Amino acid sequence: MQRIGVFVCWCGTNIAGTVDVVKVAQTLANEPGVVFSADYQYMCSQAGQDMIKEAVKKHKLTGLVICSCSPRMHEATFRKTAAAAGLNPYMVEIANIREQCSWVHKEMPIGTEKAIILGKAAVAKVNLNAPLTPGESPVTKRALVIGGGIAGIQTALDIADAGFPVDIVEKLPTIGGKMAQLDKTFPTLDCAACILTPKMVDAGQHEKIRIFSYSEVTDIGGFVGNFHVTIKKKARYVREDLCTGCGLCTEKCPQKKVPNEFNLGMDTRRAIYIPFAQAVPKIAAIDEDYCTMLKTGKCGVCAKVCTAGAIDYKQQDEYITVDYGAIVAATGYNPISMDKFDEFAYSQSKDVITSLEFERLTNAAGPTAGKLLRPSDGKHPHTIVFVQCVGSRCSGADKGKEYCSKICCMYTAKHAMLTRDKYPDTDVYVFYIDVRTPGKNFDEFYRRAVEEYGVHYIKGMVGKVTPDGDKLVVQASDLLAGKQMKIDADLVVLAAAIEPDKSARPLATLLTASMDTNDFFTEAHPKLRPVESPTAGVFLSGTCQGPKDIPETVSQAGAAASKVIGLLAKDKLMGNPCVAHSDEMMCNGCSSCEKVCPYGAITYADKEYRMPDRTTKVRRVAVVNEAVCQGCGCCTVACPSGAMDLKGFASAQIMAEVDAICK
Amino acid sequence: MAERNNMKEQILRTSGVNPLKCMRCGKCSATCPAYDEMEYHPHQFVYMVETGDIEPLLNSESFYKCLTCFACVDRCPRSVEPAKLVEAARLMVIREQGKNRLKPDDIPAQLDEDMPQQLLVSALRKYSK
Ligand SMILES: Cc1cc2nc3c(=O)[nH]c(=O)nc-3n(C[C@H](O)[C@H](O)[C@H](O)COP(=O)(O)OP(=O)(O)OC[C@H]3O[C@@H](n4cnc5c(N)ncnc54)[C@H](O)[C@@H]3O)c2cc1C
Ligand code: SF4
Ligand code: SF4
Ligand code: SF4
Ligand code: SF4
Repeated sequence: MQRIGVFVCWCGTNIAGTVDVVKVAQTLANEPGVVFSADYQYMCSQAGQDMIKEAVKKHKLTGLVICSCSPRMHEATFRKTAAAAGLNPYMVEIANIREQCSWVHKEMPIGTEKAIILGKAAVAKVNLNAPLTPGESPVTKRALVIGGGIAGIQTALDIADAGFPVDIVEKLPTIGGKMAQLDKTFPTLDCAACILTPKMVDAGQHEKIRIFSYSEVTDIGGFVGNFHVTIKKKARYVREDLCTGCGLCTEKCPQKKVPNEFNLGMDTRRAIYIPFAQAVPKIAAIDEDYCTMLKTGKCGVCAKVCTAGAIDYKQQDEYITVDYGAIVAATGYNPISMDKFDEFAYSQSKDVITSLEFERLTNAAGPTAGKLLRPSDGKHPHTIVFVQCVGSRCSGADKGKEYCSKICCMYTAKHAMLTRDKYPDTDVYVFYIDVRTPGKNFDEFYRRAVEEYGVHYIKGMVGKVTPDGDKLVVQASDLLAGKQMKIDADLVVLAAAIEPDKSARPLATLLTASMDTNDFFTEAHPKLRPVESPTAGVFLSGTCQGPKDIPETVSQAGAAASKVIGLLAKDKLMGNPCVAHSDEMMCNGCSSCEKVCPYGAITYADKEYRMPDRTTKVRRVAVVNEAVCQGCGCCTVACPSGAMDLKGFASAQIMAEVDAICK
Repeated sequence: MAERNNMKEQILRTSGVNPLKCMRCGKCSATCPAYDEMEYHPHQFVYMVETGDIEPLLNSESFYKCLTCFACVDRCPRSVEPAKLVEAARLMVIREQGKNRLKPDDIPAQLDEDMPQQLLVSALRKYSK
């Protein structure tokens, strides 16, 4: 028989406001096995934990029930307390009387009754608990960063500087991400390339960093400390070991009509290309959708001009498998498509552009060599209208994104200010719903656009844009003046909402990492564990977790790196002892469990058994790999003979809980 | 006050609109082709219903000016559907005895050769009981 101690937490008024904690403690004192029961204001505080330790000693407790917040919050805390008091940490059960009780009920009698029931269930379970010892597993001291934008680059550099090898997998031919496409960056207006390219070069040259560019992750197995990852290196038809990045091929390739994605299709490139001058790695790639040689077998110009002999039209996709201890998702974002916003005439006029396109139009390396010219006729625009919140802050089916994209107020102020600075003869209007500029030196920046640069900020939304000759008629609300206004504009710039990269969701499935309804990766705790995914060993960096500007992205990237370093610095990891195990005498080797295990933790072995009649028989039985099993319990449900059970969550324990609730 | 609440309730019920979803962006009024004809504009309809300021809306001609083009419904980023509020206010008035603005008999005199059929239908829908 166990000697159980019950500890009921008030959590200030969080629990005590709706649950009569004294009554709960008194009632649970009468449950079988309970020899001590008490309530306290904050069980998780040092004083609360000391109270538990003393009670363990004084009453010779063998099991603990803590009626408190969710086990996600403090199970680990109380397990440590138990261990410090000399108990096996798995002799602790949490009855969640906060999230599942006091927070969802309003009336004291109901809250109290439910708290008692939850407490009784936990007591019933502890009565059947047995001490468990976690296994240990080694840590592979190498990290994987998926996505090579500023987030991925910074995370990789920080991990590598701490001495651990890192691989970056980037799906494009170069690292750099969206920041490489930007012109100047708020709030200090330093040029994006000037601050990004040194980091790209550092990453490219760091002895601890390997970059797999033009590559994707296709499979992930294993678990924290021991991931096995398959990387697909897409055929680029250029040998990485030979190409010197001289660029001769990209000048001679006769296929000139390929839309240049780096400039968002506003100009063209060749079928063999290096995305931009500062690309890392600076290795050409052939675009198989456009290369005449690959499509028809006739051309071969690049192979003729390449003095390094790097062209290989026969190159195939290559798959490699690498082991990692930790994985960082840094897959970034993209502006949303403007297809659903016909009212702004994006598809009708070349002179209606997105803000990212505007960045390219003002970038010295862009399609207009940095001169602000209209895409339609190459003329200098004299009236420019910026529209904020396009596709952000929406509600309802198919309208757009529900969240605020966070960066567009600031970059619109930047665009407006830089335009007025360089071209004082232009009239610049910004239509806004709210100007959201919290952040160091951010509001000052926006005010400068208004006060020093004379940008016209108008509170109201644009209703429609109508192309009329070489003008764009912008019809909008001026809410403060109480009028509907029309502006003849030369250029309209849409601050398009941003969304996670489309590849993030399938990647999350491979990682078994969770996502929110917008496909941003979810953090383990929104305040206290912001760079960790709930899946052990998976970390989050940059805009794949939520909209962010560069300063925030870089801080988060560093934070993710420090978590990875903390993990890789360990030689061994404690496993989870709550894993499945099968009773070999009951198992009939039917394979039901293997089929349902999502982690591939179950195999079968032929074992010899001495039978009662003294003969020896070979039987096929299930064997669980404890390092791989995540304790999900699928197999225990699937097993027809009742052989499979989960340590710490045995069927008998769960039935005891159910009985306690139904009593 | 009770009367006021009552009118607000009735408009909310007939329209099915939740004005609290409005973020006051003004896109409805920016898009409205009848803006200049109106005393109260679509975003003001939403705000005045939200605050229960219904009387002025009912006494104004604004809701007769709405073309029921649904541009505001289509473009409102928050799916507020302002035209439905306009319609509800209109119904509230024309459902009252003797509040017909136009009787079917008055129509022939006002007909125009070029007037499209659809306009007649919508005129009846709007003006008659
Ligand atoms: C118009 C505009 C102007 C801006 N101006 C500023 C500014 O002035 N100042 C500022 O602070 N911020 C600015 N920003 C924000 C800035 O761009 C972002 O904060 C920053 O780029 C985020 O970096 P990231 O690495 O998270 O994402 P990204 O830059 O999107 O990088 C993600 C990388 O991951 C790769 N990737 C994606 N999926 C996969 C996959 N499955 N496998 C492998 N690789 C993958 C992508 O190809 C990409 O290289 C601006 C944004 C826009 C749209
Ligand atoms: S493939 Fe050859 S020609 Fe092209 S960039 Fe590389 S080395 Fe130069
Ligand atoms: S950051 Fe500004 S422009 Fe962008 S969605 Fe938020 S409020 Fe709108
Ligand atoms: S439905 Fe009425 S209020 Fe709405 S845009 Fe059309 S005319 Fe204006
Ligand atoms: S468009 Fe919608 S959200 Fe914007 S002011 Fe009108 S009703 Fe409100």
